[in-house]
Amino acid sequence: MARTGTRTGTRTGTRTGTRTTPAIPARPSDALTRAQKLELYYWMRLTRQLEERLVNLYRQTKVVGGLFRSLGQEADAVGSCFALEQRDVMSPLIRNLGAMLVKGATPVEVLKQYMARGDSPTRGRELNIHFGDIGEAGATRGFLGQISPLGDMVPVMAGVTLSFKMRGEDRVGLVYVGDGATSTGAFHEGINFAAVQKCPLVVVVENNGYAYSTPTHKQTAAKQFIDKAIGYGVPGLQADGNDVLAVYDVTKQAVDHARAGHGVTLVELITYRRKGHAEHDNQSYVPPGEIERWAAENDPLDRYLVVLREQLGATEAEIGAIHDRVQREIDEATDEAERSGPPEPLDALRGVYADPPQEQPLWFRREAAGDAYGAERPEGWGTWNAAEKPA
Amino acid sequence: MSAAKQPTPAAGEITYLEAIREALFEEMARDEQVFCLGEDIGAFGGAFKVTEGLLARFGEQRVIDSPISEIALVGAAAGASHMGMRPVVEMQFIDFLANAYDMLTNYVATARYRAFLPCPMVVRGPSGGYVRGGPFHSQNPEAGFLHTPGLKIVYPATAADAKGLMKAAIRDDDCVLFFEHKYLYRRVKDVMPAGDHVVPIGQARIAREGTDVSIITYASTVWKSLEAAEQLAAEGISVEVLDLRSLAPMDDEAIFRTVKKTNRLLIVHEDTRTGGIAGEITARVSETCFEWLDAPILRVTAADIPLPYAPPLEDYVLPQTSDIVRAVRRLAAY
Repeated sequence: MARTGTRTGTRTGTRTGTRTTPAIPARPSDALTRAQKLELYYWMRLTRQLEERLVNLYRQTKVVGGLFRSLGQEADAVGSCFALEQRDVMSPLIRNLGAMLVKGATPVEVLKQYMARGDSPTRGRELNIHFGDIGEAGATRGFLGQISPLGDMVPVMAGVTLSFKMRGEDRVGLVYVGDGATSTGAFHEGINFAAVQKCPLVVVVENNGYAYSTPTHKQTAAKQFIDKAIGYGVPGLQADGNDVLAVYDVTKQAVDHARAGHGVTLVELITYRRKGHAEHDNQSYVPPGEIERWAAENDPLDRYLVVLREQLGATEAEIGAIHDRVQREIDEATDEAERSGPPEPLDALRGVYADPPQEQPLWFRREAAGDAYGAERPEGWGTWNAAEKPA
Repeated sequence: MSAAKQPTPAAGEITYLEAIREALFEEMARDEQVFCLGEDIGAFGGAFKVTEGLLARFGEQRVIDSPISEIALVGAAAGASHMGMRPVVEMQFIDFLANAYDMLTNYVATARYRAFLPCPMVVRGPSGGYVRGGPFHSQNPEAGFLHTPGLKIVYPATAADAKGLMKAAIRDDDCVLFFEHKYLYRRVKDVMPAGDHVVPIGQARIAREGTDVSIITYASTVWKSLEAAEQLAAEGISVEVLDLRSLAPMDDEAIFRTVKKTNRLLIVHEDTRTGGIAGEITARVSETCFEWLDAPILRVTAADIPLPYAPPLEDYVLPQTSDIVRAVRRLAAY
């Protein structure tokens, strides 16, 4: 199924299952200040440029693992996360670098993660943008590290937001899934549980047309993902995912709905994945011309630049200043990331549990064990390295 | 099983099941971050009535009847625990832990290591056979989780340990899988120790002192081993029984100590044989206590068979006291 590259209209039609969505008098984005509207462009530009820097580093073999792009999807990640407050908690997926940046992740953290540095957010334990920071309530950036099994973050975020409800905290959660993850059991169980419990949770389905190589029509027989909302008894809101203000509008509605105590909303953002699943993917399964059409006719940054210039009256100097700022920040972050080193191997043993804080080193990993080691037969012979056994 | 033949309960004794319930009550009263989550645990009080009375005391905010969704239960518990709550999830039968295998092994077990996310949560449920429960209400799936770094596992044999370990599990800062043996629920009783009774996770217990042969075991087969030890004493064989209580972390020092004392080791568990916990204990003892052994390490376990329903079949597959007696005699004669 070829996908059209000309979705330009804002689709904010609501699907209400058994409930009604409160009428919105005006577009929520109308309340954004000029500075905030320019900031949206900054985040999208930062996302794109940071990924382009990562491509360079990948080609220089400085990225240890795979590289995952969100080219063409920057508006859906940035616009949706922009609807959250700092105290809210967000769980990104692999195309949501933009959302993470909005929530406080920094370019240098992302670069160090990809480069597997010892002072990266996960100290070299996890890949790419699989990192988070939830810390103490109210004093954090509030995003959760994702895991690779898809859909799993929906039940987890149901629990995060259940805790908000139980404690009467004025906080909301937002979890991203792709079109593919909606086929998993975890997605179903998580959104159903959250709906029953009226958890303050927004579930964003990023419909980018493909899950790895599988097109959406092989993923589900549903005509659109908001149709699933009816089955869970929650409102479904849909928007053009390449229109950053339309994305903000529907997500803000859903966030307000959750904050008011009305529970879950399923938001579908329609976008298009212009790169492969990861950098190795040659996209041979994509119909000819499809990618080029989306790039030429429906790029979220190009589209938003038109809005900024024509509706906001943004000057070339203002836009150029954003470009310069992004370039400078990424250059500085790259320099900093390249200065840091790999993790110490022994750090691998730390922090599986709170107690004990460190695992015991295996005896055959002992440096320069020598014959004397075997001859002495210490207490831990053959199992643990008694000499290095942590207290 | 000797547990079934105990004399009339003394004053103040409560059952293994009541001991777990008492721990839940005390911990929920002590710490308002503790809450219970599960299928039919509220109004109905749970399939085995472990949570009976909790709803009336603590309300439906803290005793949550959930949809039939083991993935969501474990996942939501993880999410809530990241935010400082201490959820206790009931699996209606521990067999259904398999439904949440991904969430436990991929998400929960790795959370602290990969993302520095605390998961102070308990997943508990009725486990084990000898109850004619058939293939899906009798399993002992602990070995699969022992293999996963990041999870703690406890499996008490006595009522006092059931209470003390539950309190320790709820207070632990990592995820604890709490296996409850359903055959023992109403068959074993203890007078609870006074005060705040907490049994530390990771410490085994000598259930019977002996000098000739060691039996290392846990849960239901502790009682069968004690029954066998009693019979063997009449034959002049002195058996020491070590009740592991915690499987992860495992009390290596207690294991090595009893092996070095008796020099003969039998490992008994109700779970199936291949890939079972007895194999792991065998390896650890062999690596560390080889020179102290005077006989091969032997295992009495269930056969490698899905657990059948009919009494003659279930009795044939699961380890029995007579099997243990036979194995100890062989070791003593080696």
